[in-house]
Amino acid sequence: ALVLAAPAFADEDAELVINGEIEIVTKTTAPAHLEGHLDEILSGWRFRSDETQAMEMDDFDNPGMLGAEAGFEQFETVMGSEGKSCMDCHDGVESLANVRPTYPKWNDDKEAVYTIQMQINDCLTERMGAEKQKYDSKTMLNFEAALASVSRGMPVNVAIDGPAQSTWEQGKEMYYTRFGQLDLSCANCHEQNYGNMIRADHLSQGQINGFPTYRLKNAQLNGAHGRFKGCIRDTRGETFSPGSPEFVALELYVASRGNGLSVEGPSVRN
Amino acid sequence: MKRIAISLAALTLGAVAAPLGALAEIAPGDVQFDDYGAVETSLTGSSGNADEGRKIMTEKSLGNCVSCHAAEAYADVPFHGEVGPWLDGAGSRWTEAELRGLVINPKKTFEGTVMPAFYKVDGFNRPGDAYTGKAAPADLPPILSAEQVEDVVAYLMTLKDE
Ligand code: HEC
Ligand code: HEC
Ligand code: HEC
Repeated sequence: ALVLAAPAFADEDAELVINGEIEIVTKTTAPAHLEGHLDEILSGWRFRSDETQAMEMDDFDNPGMLGAEAGFEQFETVMGSEGKSCMDCHDGVESLANVRPTYPKWNDDKEAVYTIQMQINDCLTERMGAEKQKYDSKTMLNFEAALASVSRGMPVNVAIDGPAQSTWEQGKEMYYTRFGQLDLSCANCHEQNYGNMIRADHLSQGQINGFPTYRLKNAQLNGAHGRFKGCIRDTRGETFSPGSPEFVALELYVASRGNGLSVEGPSVRN
Repeated sequence: MKRIAISLAALTLGAVAAPLGALAEIAPGDVQFDDYGAVETSLTGSSGNADEGRKIMTEKSLGNCVSCHAAEAYADVPFHGEVGPWLDGAGSRWTEAELRGLVINPKKTFEGTVMPAFYKVDGFNRPGDAYTGKAAPADLPPILSAEQVEDVVAYLMTLKDE
């Protein structure tokens, strides 16, 4: 008989409760816009091994929480020529608990879909006289981890209509576009083949409710755009850069595929 | 004068050798598929080496077919994928020409399939330079050489039903 040296799979019915109190929805009915594509949406957590899953159940075991803690500290740190910290204008990270579930989001002033990192850069440069931070830099991912941590358990709920709609359509088109010499789309792997092994990897639905994710593979926080970049690179494709308009659109679309799952970041993945 | 004579000789040799080499091999753009996606003629003009084919199929840096296909025949190799069907018996289900067509470009056999084309150099959206994430060079090589395709076909032909 064939011996598959596959990693130990998690119990299909395991449920995620963090610190014994924050209940996380990792499986739910798909949002209406996915009709004909998916009936059920599943967090990437459900596809990881028992050990990796367990690391996310307790903040002391979750290395991503160190990034969140650093993010809380950054929030109170004075940065830039105006002598301000984030605390000067925002009543603590908790006051921004609505941010992670609803971003990317249309920004009226800038007339564009904004990711959390774009918003933070505006506050840094336009309101604090501070340096712009690089997309997916450690500082940015720490901020994101702090913002996600206070929203854990809240349902992802990004708006796909109104002024954000055309960006959403652009992201959707990208999701179904095949890239690279391997000629593969996001959907080929994450919609048609989730649950299947691709070599040693158990394919998930490629949801981003868990971002930023602490990956055991590189032992640091990873942003959604970094993941997108890696996945397109793995199609033997010319990839896009974190922060590019293409990835902002893709982030909005992929986020909307997870509408209804709980915010779970900073999560743990392999 | 002497140096010029030598380089002229080298040029002439090169000019003769290149077309000869090219003639022996069918280039990706010149492959002839039949209506069902099969390719009758060997890309190299000769038959491949099945042992090499097994290596190509199971090594990540080569064909990496194992990332999507499992088979009893290479059960010793760890981590078999589940994206494509099991390959045991492929050599009984398909003719050599059909298998050659499948490896060269399976989209000619299975419309819209997830399986990549292994001997194709154009018609891609944002092709990259292997796995670097950077843009492909103008002369993008196929994933497998003509010889490697024939080796893989030779190995697939050994996967007969018991
Ligand atoms: C000088 C004031 C000021 C400072 C300092 C400031 N912000 Fe803001 N921030 C604002 C204003 C004004 C808005 C836009 C109004 C709004 O949407 O609440 C905003 C919006 C935001 C939002 C989006 C809120 C939402 O609901 O859409 C985030 C996230 C945010 N800021 C994070 C930060 C972080 C992190 C820092 C520190 C690096 C920071 N801000 C520093 C004034 C400030
Ligand atoms: C060749 C197959 C393949 C393609 C194509 C692909 N991915 Fe992935 N992706 C993977 C694998 C393997 C993983 C790691 C296991 C997992 O979480 O699914 C992954 C992980 C992810 C994750 C992390 C999920 C989590 O919970 O941490 C996201 C997000 C993602 N992919 C999005 C995308 C998007 C968006 C695209 C298209 C631009 C894409 N992927 C294309 C194979 C692929
Ligand atoms: C990204 C996934 C993927 C990779 C990589 C891949 N295949 Fe496939 N292959 C498939 C799928 C999916 C099918 C089923 C065709 C369909 O219906 O779409 C298939 C079908 C086949 C078949 C016909 C199956 C049968 O027995 O009826 C053969 C033979 C085959 N592949 C050989 C190969 C070889 C050889 C390689 C490597 C050089 C390879 N494949 C790489 C996904 C893949």
